[in-house]
Amino acid sequence: MARGATVHGIPDDRHRVVDEAQLRDLIPGVLGVLVHRGADFATAEDAVQEALIRAIERWGTSSGESPDDPKGWLITTAWRRFIDLTRSDVARHAREQRVWNEPPQGPTESVDDTLELYFLCAHPSLTSASAVALTLRAVGGLTTRQIARAYLVPETTMAQRISRAKRTVSDVRLDRRGDPRTVMRTLYLVFNEGYGGDPEVADLASEAIRLARRLATSTDDPEVAGLLALFLLHHARRPARTRTDGSLVTLADQDRGLWRRDLIAEGVAVLQAALACDQLGEYQAQAAIAALHADARTAEETDWGQIVEWYDELVALTGSPVVQLNRAVAVGEANGPRAGLAALAELDPTLPRYTASAAYLHERTGDVDTAATLYAEAAAQAHSVAERNHLTLRAATLRQQRRT
Amino acid sequence: MGKRPTRVANLKGVILVAKYLLLKHYRGAPASVNDVPMDQWTPEEIEAHIQYMQDFADRLKDSGEYVDSQALAADGAWVRSDGDGKPPVTDGPFAETKDLIAGFMIIDVDSYERAVELAGELSSAPGAAGEPIHEWLEVRPFMGSPTTVTE
Repeated sequence: MARGATVHGIPDDRHRVVDEAQLRDLIPGVLGVLVHRGADFATAEDAVQEALIRAIERWGTSSGESPDDPKGWLITTAWRRFIDLTRSDVARHAREQRVWNEPPQGPTESVDDTLELYFLCAHPSLTSASAVALTLRAVGGLTTRQIARAYLVPETTMAQRISRAKRTVSDVRLDRRGDPRTVMRTLYLVFNEGYGGDPEVADLASEAIRLARRLATSTDDPEVAGLLALFLLHHARRPARTRTDGSLVTLADQDRGLWRRDLIAEGVAVLQAALACDQLGEYQAQAAIAALHADARTAEETDWGQIVEWYDELVALTGSPVVQLNRAVAVGEANGPRAGLAALAELDPTLPRYTASAAYLHERTGDVDTAATLYAEAAAQAHSVAERNHLTLRAATLRQQRRT
Repeated sequence: MGKRPTRVANLKGVILVAKYLLLKHYRGAPASVNDVPMDQWTPEEIEAHIQYMQDFADRLKDSGEYVDSQALAADGAWVRSDGDGKPPVTDGPFAETKDLIAGFMIIDVDSYERAVELAGELSSAPGAAGEPIHEWLEVRPFMGSPTTVTE
């Protein structure tokens, strides 16, 4: 628990946030119990959210006392709220009468309930934006406002997105196992958003790790472990990845002393256990590459030969042109920039970051003029401000070297 | 017109959810199909147009894809600093300015294809004779966040 708490800590109000993160860990279970008792998903989710907000209000202050059994309290409060919500609707929804007339059973929750909730929130009938929003709310326990702020959309827009998503999945019968791949993809999207986003606004990367951790305890799929390892290993580098002004620091230039060794150790352990299952998948292969970077004490020590081998595995697993592009850059490090350029020449030049990669490899060959021109061209094509600024700076630096 | 812009993609080449700006020009865009200036429409045609725009925004609010929309007044001016301690210099408005932006809508959608689809719908707003205007709208992706695979 202690480790989870530090990952979640937000500097200004640490104790409160720790409580909130712990509370939110209980949410899937509480929701699972309500649904288990026959509550419809959409209303139950509303009820659990309201119970959570009440709990945070009541226990979040320093004077507030949390009960001995927070989960029991949440279940009771959410169930009462659910009955209220259902009653007020009962004239229109006679079928729900059946539900609240049934005597509530005792709290029963299983690993499967949590897993089913993940599947439901990432159901293939949802768009990825909706799956992400619903997962963060129903599984993560974030409020609509927090999710809206994280994705920089109006709260009303996010509220609509979530309520539509709930309507879409409310008729889904979970009589057979969902596809873990859709869940992993959803968590990957959350993590990616948090990777570049402002952690002061919403720490989506930590949230994705928390959710992946939970998921990993509910299933023995080695790809889920691979995904968790990937998150941990990337997250470990976060303190070194940006300067105080928000600008990007490339992997080679990062101060490796800032890397979180605790997260690296955990990520490597999780990955090793996953690889031992001998069912390789793309997340495990990506995590293996991240682990090789984490393993190098200096950029020069990086085992690029092994990284290229893992990229070969990844290409075989995914066939993704984006992976092939990253592989070409790795080949450039392992076998020299000309080998990298040769690998690059076989790929589609309209791929995102193709020009930036070509610029880097030309710079390594010593062709400063070509590199500067390509960096400038890549900056004009960039799709993030941090990336554009970095590439512009490279072009300017090389041109200045030329003049002096 | 032009080729499809590349978007920040994750490992599988999946386009991440992104915001797009739909930009409407008074001047500067290629001519609409139904190219009759608004002041020559009937009041009913204008009302129908306004209603269409309202309904369009409402639908996006309902689908959870709406971020913002604003119309801009035409009387803009150019402003630049004239150095420390001096007031900024203003100039204009310039009647001859080639490009004049009328307004914009910001949407948050799942794909580039969805952004194009919505821009197409917006472009079909009714104009003169109740016929769709089929005006050209500019679709511009917002800058996003760097992704894990870019490192």
